[in-house]
Amino acid sequence: MTETVYRLILTGKDLEPQLPGQFVNIALPGLFLRRPISVCDQQGDRLTLMYKTVGQGTRLLASLRPGETLDVLTGLGNGYDLSKAGDRPLLLGGGVGVPPLVLLARRLREAGRPVAAVLGFNTGAEVFGADALRALGCEVTLATADGSQGVPGFVTDALPASYSFFYACGPEPMLRAVCRVTETSGQLSLEQRMGCGFGACMGCTVQTVNGPKRICREGPVLGKEEIVWDA
Amino acid sequence: MGRLTTELCGIPLDNPVIPASGTFGFGYEFAQWYDINRLSTFSFKGTTRQPRFGNPTPRIAECPAGMLNAVGLQNPGVDQVIREELPKLKQVFHKPVMANVSGFSVSEYAETCALLDAQDQVGWLEVNVSCPNVHGGGMSFGTDPRAAAEVTRAVKRVTRKPVILKLSPNVTDIMAVARACEEAGADGISLINTLLGMRIDLKTRRPVLANTFGGLSGPAVFPVALRMVWQVSHAVKIPVVGMGGVSSAEDVLEMMMAGARAVEVGAANLKDPLACLRIIDALPEAMDRLGIRELKELF
Repeated sequence: MTETVYRLILTGKDLEPQLPGQFVNIALPGLFLRRPISVCDQQGDRLTLMYKTVGQGTRLLASLRPGETLDVLTGLGNGYDLSKAGDRPLLLGGGVGVPPLVLLARRLREAGRPVAAVLGFNTGAEVFGADALRALGCEVTLATADGSQGVPGFVTDALPASYSFFYACGPEPMLRAVCRVTETSGQLSLEQRMGCGFGACMGCTVQTVNGPKRICREGPVLGKEEIVWDA
Repeated sequence: MGRLTTELCGIPLDNPVIPASGTFGFGYEFAQWYDINRLSTFSFKGTTRQPRFGNPTPRIAECPAGMLNAVGLQNPGVDQVIREELPKLKQVFHKPVMANVSGFSVSEYAETCALLDAQDQVGWLEVNVSCPNVHGGGMSFGTDPRAAAEVTRAVKRVTRKPVILKLSPNVTDIMAVARACEEAGADGISLINTLLGMRIDLKTRRPVLANTFGGLSGPAVFPVALRMVWQVSHAVKIPVVGMGGVSSAEDVLEMMMAGARAVEVGAANLKDPLACLRIIDALPEAMDRLGIRELKELF
């Protein structure tokens, strides 16, 4: 998709419908822990993932050839709540956080909602996912930190005047900034290093207003109002 | 009785494979994948007197053939375990469960164990004197034979259930700690807990884990665990539960040949939620291949 962002399409029998914001956990040869990757899109038995090569696991994923078989746990985590969308939901994506917004946009469009999206990247060369969202009928605004495409600056510099609810996924500084500037309620997908990915090991727990939450189980999507940002 | 049956401190086990504490929650996460009554028992998440949030994240790091964890005994506290987790477990699991207990003082261990002693669902108390990820508790009791014996005596005074001391490998003489527990009245020994380790992020030049150090588990530690299970089995008369990097039926048999009466499986559950089931299912064929009629022959 870009120099460091790859798309992986998985097909498998009897794949259950994945909720937007859920993730899959992929076993990779030579690695002990599985690697969690958010679901980008699903059409029937076809599951699309998009990921950026950032470490050992994602580099291994990128080296796979078409036709290989993978051991994947699907349908993990708590996804976005579509019932909160209201009449004008807004999707906010930053860099590697853009992929889960695609399935979310698909479901919101199926529910007949007009969907606006603001996507932020460091540079114009890193932009991806905008076409997929436009193809679903979303109104997409881009922001780039170097000003080479769209609005110069961050996602928070390109927010529309009003929206009913926001759904965000991106790096933590972006999510913090969004929560700081918006008065509107929303849900955010958080990231943590995980052990198991299905709630057994307590490896990814964060503190929230409502007590400890496992990012892999009660998350990765949490409500804006329950998140406790570290000082 | 089947060829996989064994027995631990007077309680029969349908098979020797026991999911280890900290890798199996309170069971019901796994009940979504399979009928956990296929297991003989499991050791539930290490429980303390008070609720604990545990350590900051990152708590997990990848390692060659294993992983580091520094969860730091996150648990809801024994009162909530009794009020909420055990009733929920009762819906999906109908055998005695192994209650894993940790603490920060001798009296805290005893208090928590006394509360769990009153629970019919609890079969054994596995007393963890070996958590490497908390300060001033856990492992500090398991690295000193006298302190380990003191915890053992205090717990034995408050329960009639079998008491199994879970030992740390981060010691000079594991046999001395095991013997001290046996002399203090322990009904069994389980080992090993994780080996203290660390990783550094090459880019940031900082430790990967927020806690700096964490416990190493997974296949990487299996030979170390096997050696210690062998040593302790030869040093004490009470039954020994072997664990550390077990991930196959062959590993289970090897542990039992080293002297383990039963075998706990930890990190493997995190990689594959069906790991214990697969190991149980693979045991008969592995035994056929090795000419083992019943597991009882091995000890």
